[in-house]
Formats: sequence, C-alpha cells, structure tokens
Amino acid sequence: MSNNQPFAILGNFTDVNVLFHAAEKTRDAGYQDFDIYTPYPVHGLDKAMGVKRTILPHISFWGGIVGLISAVLLMWWTGAVDYKLSIGGKPFFAVEFGMPVMFELTILLTALATFFALWGLCKLPRWYNELQHDAGFQRATDDQFVMAIFSTDQRFSTENTRKFLSEIGADDVRSVNSGAI
Amino acid sequence: MSATTAAISDDMRHADGYSAASMSPNEEPFREPLILGNPTMHDISRKIIGIIESEVTFKYLATLAITATLAVWGIFCIGYTIATGIGVWGLNNPVAWGWDITNFVFWIGIGHAGTLISAILFLFRQKWRTAINRSAEAMTIFAVICALTMVVIHTGRPWFAYWLFPYPNQMLMWINFRSPLVWDVFAVNTYFTVSLLFWFTGLVPDFATARNMVKSVVAKKIYHFFSLGWTGSTRHWHVYEVAYMIFAAISTPLVLSVHSVVSFDFATSVIPGWHTTIFPPYFVAGAIFSGFAMVMTLLVIAREILGLKDFITLKHLDNMNKIILATGMMVGYAYSMELFVAWYSKNPYEWATFYNRLTGDYAWAYWTMVSCNVISPQIYWFKKLRRNIPVMFIISIFVNIGMWFERFTIISTSLHHDYLPASWGYYSPTWVEISIFIGTFGIFLTLFLLFAKFMPMIAIAEVKGVMPNAQPHHHEENH
Repeated sequence: MSNNQPFAILGNFTDVNVLFHAAEKTRDAGYQDFDIYTPYPVHGLDKAMGVKRTILPHISFWGGIVGLISAVLLMWWTGAVDYKLSIGGKPFFAVEFGMPVMFELTILLTALATFFALWGLCKLPRWYNELQHDAGFQRATDDQFVMAIFSTDQRFSTENTRKFLSEIGADDVRSVNSGAI
Repeated sequence: MSATTAAISDDMRHADGYSAASMSPNEEPFREPLILGNPTMHDISRKIIGIIESEVTFKYLATLAITATLAVWGIFCIGYTIATGIGVWGLNNPVAWGWDITNFVFWIGIGHAGTLISAILFLFRQKWRTAINRSAEAMTIFAVICALTMVVIHTGRPWFAYWLFPYPNQMLMWINFRSPLVWDVFAVNTYFTVSLLFWFTGLVPDFATARNMVKSVVAKKIYHFFSLGWTGSTRHWHVYEVAYMIFAAISTPLVLSVHSVVSFDFATSVIPGWHTTIFPPYFVAGAIFSGFAMVMTLLVIAREILGLKDFITLKHLDNMNKIILATGMMVGYAYSMELFVAWYSKNPYEWATFYNRLTGDYAWAYWTMVSCNVISPQIYWFKKLRRNIPVMFIISIFVNIGMWFERFTIISTSLHHDYLPASWGYYSPTWVEISIFIGTFGIFLTLFLLFAKFMPMIAIAEVKGVMPNAQPHHHEENH
C-alpha cells in the first residue's frame, strides 16, 4: 500500500433507514470491499449490502452427522465387538438404548462445529484491527453505524469515495490510515 | 463527534418511539414497551457497562462475603465427604439415594429455565426475553456446575469419575451404554458444554461494547481478549445470527432431552413410583417451573439492587409468572395422573407406594410439595398479584421449596418402603448433607454475584435490536 493511500474511508450514520439505503446504494455503485459496523444486527442489512449467504449451516449439519456416526460406531464397537458384556440378556447393541447417546453426541458435535465455524468464518479472534483507534469507529459498538470502504476495493479512489460517502448520507467522513494511532 | 451524539440523542428523544404514531410497523402499538424511560442506545450501553464500572458497594461485598462463606463451608464438607467416604451421609439401605440425587435433579432443573428463555423463546420470537436471557443463561451454567458437583461426589469415589467416560484403558473395559446413568453423563456434559458455548457467543458483542467503554486499562485488556476482536461488522453479524439460530434450534431439543434422560435414571428402573412413562414430560415441566422460579427470585433482587427496573419491567415479570402458573398446573396434572394411574393399574406395589406417599412417613414432604407447587401459583390468575413484587418473590421461594420437595418425595418415598416390610426404613440427612446443599447455594450465588459485577448482565446488543426504530422500516414492509 502506498503511503498516500489511506486504509479505508469511514463515515458514520445515526439513522438506520438512511443507513439501509446507503448500503443498497453502495452495493449498486459496484463497491464490494466495504463493510458496515453496527451495534446490533440490523435486519436485512446483509442483503442490502449484497453479503452472500453463509455456509455455516452446512458445517453445523456435517458436525451433527459426524456426532451421530461417531456415537453409533462408539457404542457398537465397544459394546458388540471389543468388549461383549451380557447384562440381563440385553442385546450388545441396539438403536433403542443407543438413542440418548446418539442424540446427545449429535447435538454436541453440531454445537462445537457451529461455534468454531462461526469464529472461523468471521476470521476471529483477531485482536488487532486497523480501525480500532478511530474514536468514531468505536461508536459502532455503542450507538452509531459506521460504513467503511476499503482502499483494496477496485473502485476505490480517495476523493471519489469520500464524496460518495457524503452523498449517501454519512456524517464525519474521514480517511483512516493503516495503523493510525 | 459530540455534535452527532447530541443529534442522535435529541432525535431519539423527540421521536417518542413508544407512541403508536411513530412506531415502526413491526411493533404492536397496544403492547407495553419492553424498556421504560425512553433511553437512547447510548444510555443503554452506559447503564449496563456502568454496573461493571461502578464502585463496589459495602452491600455487595457483605452479600458476597456471606455467599462465599457458605460456599467455602460447603466445599469443606465436600472435602470431608471425599476424605471419609459417603458413610458420613445418612444414606443406607433401603434409601441409597437421598439429598445427593435430590440436589442433583433440583439444580439441573433450575438450569432449564435459562435454556428455555435463551432458546425456546428465541425461536418463538418473544422479544421480551432479551432483558432476562443473559442472566438466566448464566444461572443455567452455575446451576449445572452445582448439579455436576452433587453427582460427582455421590459416586463415592470421585477420583475415579473419569471412568464414566469411554476411553481406552489398561483394564480393556468399556462403559455400559445400556445404563441410563451413562446416558446421563452424556446428557449433562453436552448440556453444560452447549450452554457455555451459547452463552459465550451471546456475550462476545457485549464484551466488545465493554472493551470500548470501560476506563480501566486492565479491564479494557480483559474485555478486549474475550471480545475476540469483535467489531460489529455486518458480515460477521450475518454469520453470527445464523449461528445463534442454530444454537437456539439445537438447544431446544437438548433441554427437553436432558431432563428426560435424568428422569430415565428413575423411569427405567423397576421400582414402584419410579417406573412410569409420564416421567420425562413431567420432569421437563417441573424443571422449567423451578427454573423460572429461581430466575424470578434472583431477578427481583437484582433489578432492585442494580437499578435495572427500566429493563426488567413488570411486563417481564408478569410474563414469567404466567409461565410459572402454566408449568405449575402441568406438574399438578402430572401429580394427579401419576396417582390415578397407580390406582387404575391395580398393581398393589404401585398403589401401596402412592398411598404411602400421601399418608406415610413422608406425607409431610408430599403435602409441602403439593401446597407449594400446585396451590400457591394459583394466585397468579390475578393480574394484580402477578405484578406485585413481594408476592412474586414469596411465591418464587415457595416454588423453589416445593420443587426441591418434589424430587425428595420421588426419591425417598419410593425407596424407604422396599417390597418386604422387613426392609423398610426412614432416611434423614446428616449435617454433612445439609451443609453441602447449603454450600451449593453458596457456590451458585457467589458465581452469580461475580457475574453480575463483571459481565454485561443484560444482553446489550439484543436489547438495542428490539428497541423501537432500531430496525429499518421499509424492510419490514417488504416481508
């Protein structure tokens, strides 16, 4: 990154309706490498931004399948293959008595898959953020919405992007340099 | 920056988001507001983070000292039990399960309200849950810690507790998956793990708010660490919301399964009074009932002391009391159905057990249970009483007592009269068992007090999301 190119251009919003339209306009203007930081999930904003559907449910599903299969294999192999122990003439393996453990391991592995996939897909934990020292940016966990258009975007140009952000209703439009303190 | 702050504050105050006219279309105008006092979003963050930042009061320290003392005393008695053996308890033949398993089932049940509020009410789109879900989930985790403590020490040799897990060992043995006690190990551990992950996931955005707001450098570092570097990016929220939905969707059957599996510990045995098919739903309803009562007990105190009356409003408490009334009647139905089936079955042992429950040595426990669980919540038919703080506090205590006695009744009345009158007996606990039970309350309350001081006690991001005008208007119309 050259020195005169900022890391991103930021603008703050206070009205969620203005923000929503701004997101659509940014998407329609062809920007791709931009983000909106909000204190709470705003319904439909992801769609307005053109965010693709996450693959998380697929990961969770396969986590559950792995849990289910491992439960069956565990109970079948330990009980009916490796260590046959006759208790009251009950079968060494059966779905009936296996149901609770099959269910619990399915849930457990779904939860673990969901949890780790969530942070993996968000690329978190990431304890350093280029924008973190910007006072206006910190309002995004409090009461304002912050839009950032990154200089890595194809259409990015410091001047035009600044103008664009002001036009779509952002306040306090500013450039933030990478690692600015 | 300050100019924009003023602008947003003014804008929100003048908007008067609670009047029908300016309400966003997804808000029903005839409903009571979820948050009182028209706070701005900044007010909400400030208020919740303010609890973390506020000076530690004498009252808080005094309470903490009491609960910590109880916890230490309980832990001492646990140590005494482990060092000496469970002979220090009052258990013997025929009553081989007593306060240990009563407390285990009691604490697991307490936890269920947290999951119900965080998962089931989420799936039902009950917005009022946002003010109470965080503390209820915390309660779940602390209650399950107490339950795990009880069940581990009741094994007698807890240093071998890892034998409960299937792992390759030099004895070349595996655990017996046909045993409901093994199912219980899987159910409770899964429940604890999933609850913890769900709770932590919910906390991350609020840790980020805390990170950006707290003044203390050390606190900032700690919250920064636990926030995982959360920024509030919409690309992250997108994944986060899906994950939250999946967590809610899997926690719902999980919570139902956990208490069902706990009830299997009894129901799959052939002991009269335990061997009934009604147990799983009956236990689940009872768990939710007792859990809500505990949430009520804690929240009534917490909203008073921490000044959260605008967040945890009478509407929230009213809703919870309605659930207490409903689940109270479900357990009442279960009690009568159990009794009816015992009579209708014409099984002499079954009927003898139930007749003994009503009139025998433990009749006092049975009738305590019925009066606390079935009769006392009936006053919640009256809205005035549902919204009366002292009344709901007392009833919640009653329900806690009643639900503890329910488990005690089920366990001791079924065991103390064996098939042969020669092997009948009477069980009463020793001071060690009583101390351990009190100690679990100490552990539970100490953890809850620490939570209330150091973590965002109300889900800040979720509360903001259900505020009037928090969501874009036209988007809702598009639906």
